[in-house]
Amino acid sequence: MTAVKTDERVQRVSLFTKALRRPELGALIGALVIFVVFALVDTTGQFAQLQGAAGWTKFAAPIGIVSIFVALLMIAGEFDLSSGVMVGSAGLLMGNLISELGMGVWPALFTTLVFAAFVGLANGFLVIKTGLPSFIVTLATFFVLKGINLAVTKLLTGTVRVDGVDTGEGFETARSWFATKIEFAGASFQISVLWWIGFTIFATWLLTRTTFGNWIFASGGDPNAARNAGVPVARTKITLFVLTSVAAALVGAMTLLELRGMQAGQGIGQEFYYIIAAAVGGTLLNGGAGSAIGASIGAIIMGFAAIGIPYALWDQDWVSTFLGVILFLAVLVNTWLSKQAKGARK
Amino acid sequence: MSAKKSVDPILELKDVGKSFGNVVALRDVSLAVYPGQVTCVLGDNGAGKSTLIKILSGVHKQSEGEFLISGQKTEFNSPRDAMAKGIATVFQDLATVPLMSVWRNFFLGNEPKKWWKPLGILDTKFAKATAKTELMNMGIDLRDTNQAIGTLSGGERQAVAIARAVYFGANVLILDEPTSALGVRQSGIVLKYILSARERGVAVIFITHNPHHAFLVGDHFYLLNRGRMTASFVREKVQLDELIQAMAGGAELDTLTHEISVIRQD
Repeated sequence: MTAVKTDERVQRVSLFTKALRRPELGALIGALVIFVVFALVDTTGQFAQLQGAAGWTKFAAPIGIVSIFVALLMIAGEFDLSSGVMVGSAGLLMGNLISELGMGVWPALFTTLVFAAFVGLANGFLVIKTGLPSFIVTLATFFVLKGINLAVTKLLTGTVRVDGVDTGEGFETARSWFATKIEFAGASFQISVLWWIGFTIFATWLLTRTTFGNWIFASGGDPNAARNAGVPVARTKITLFVLTSVAAALVGAMTLLELRGMQAGQGIGQEFYYIIAAAVGGTLLNGGAGSAIGASIGAIIMGFAAIGIPYALWDQDWVSTFLGVILFLAVLVNTWLSKQAKGARK
Repeated sequence: MSAKKSVDPILELKDVGKSFGNVVALRDVSLAVYPGQVTCVLGDNGAGKSTLIKILSGVHKQSEGEFLISGQKTEFNSPRDAMAKGIATVFQDLATVPLMSVWRNFFLGNEPKKWWKPLGILDTKFAKATAKTELMNMGIDLRDTNQAIGTLSGGERQAVAIARAVYFGANVLILDEPTSALGVRQSGIVLKYILSARERGVAVIFITHNPHHAFLVGDHFYLLNRGRMTASFVREKVQLDELIQAMAGGAELDTLTHEISVIRQD
């Protein structure tokens, strides 16, 4: 910014207005308020400590990793309701490849990611070719996968669970990459947190600094104008479906490696957490605006709730209610903020 | 300006027709478009303007007749083909993405890249600076190209779309009703940019139903009525009244004037 010769009038755009323009501002303020509240009602004295951070990041990281890509997809104007069940499908597939077929952990991981890419590709092609809303297409994928997860797992293992993953070749090295703990100043953090931070940086760069990012915004903002300008809207959307699906599969693999097995029902319902995180983070539900950092902040808020509520000795059952209220308030505030920012921009 | 007639037309239609099933939308339309001149196509609703634009911009193929570019017979299979030949179309409301910033809109689909090109890393510094200077050259003085284009007025948005087409080397610029949704002052802004594009040697095709706007900037005027080319004029040889009269269908307007005067007397 600094090297560009700017108009002297630009300085009249105050820092405040600039902040208002950021889609993640509402989420950031919300996160700070929620943090303070949970720190105040905390009975363990750990919430605001690093141990507390290790707790809430453990919950937030797997949600964050997928919700970042769900947010990109939503900015491009599409939903993926199959992202939650994909976590389960990927973990079960990888688990079965290892325990039933005796595949090594790394080849199984690779096969799983390729499978996920194909599911994403199928989602994308079906949405583009049929012209049906992605809400319907991916809802169908969701139920198809949900059924397969249960039926195939029962068929292969006789139970609703895949086990014996830790006997696979390369299990420990894979675990050291995807499911180990890192000691930091006396607290032990999940390695998934590093992946999460990495993906947040990558997605932010992709969105704001690359051609592809420009196409994401345009595809969701006004697909007709984008096509008229020569943007490959279909390719952009299909790529994002693939990325979302692969991100979910990676989280599935991480979960499998951490738990050394997986239930057939794993991941179901998570798709709503991803959408909530993206929406709380300032992503518009009809596309065209949003941010990856915002989705990560949304995931952080969920982590606060998941750890803060039991730390306050409240019933854990209230977490969902809390998230529902937060979702509503956050979207309300985000909408209001973006109106303010537009007014200030005129 | 009509001395430029000696130059060959950059784009020519010869007896072009288009029918959809048994509906004839366009019949025997011939027109010639010259570089550095504004060619106006005037017509009322349903005259066949949209069909003509779609043929020119490569969305539709004509059913009959010839489409010539620089004297060469040409066929377009898509708008991209037309763009590759330097024909840019600015559609009325479908030109820009409102939530995106001005500089992102300016370079949309033609993003400048830095370092290793396949990585697709945006050269944002270049893009912001270029958008600003290019818009300045067209006389659009923006405070900040970071602002969302939706915050600009309708006229300014059209102007950005025109500046963008000119910057990316359009030889032929097709403007689809650029002033129809705008107020008087805003229309003035757009008309000024039409002239500055013309000064840069661009062949402008200005499609409108407003003879006043056409008369202000046009070098050639073609009148379209019920899918046919009903009249054509050159700038020096036509008065605004004639244009309005011809467009309203001459006799039809006389009848209408009479009918209304009868009603008003009651």
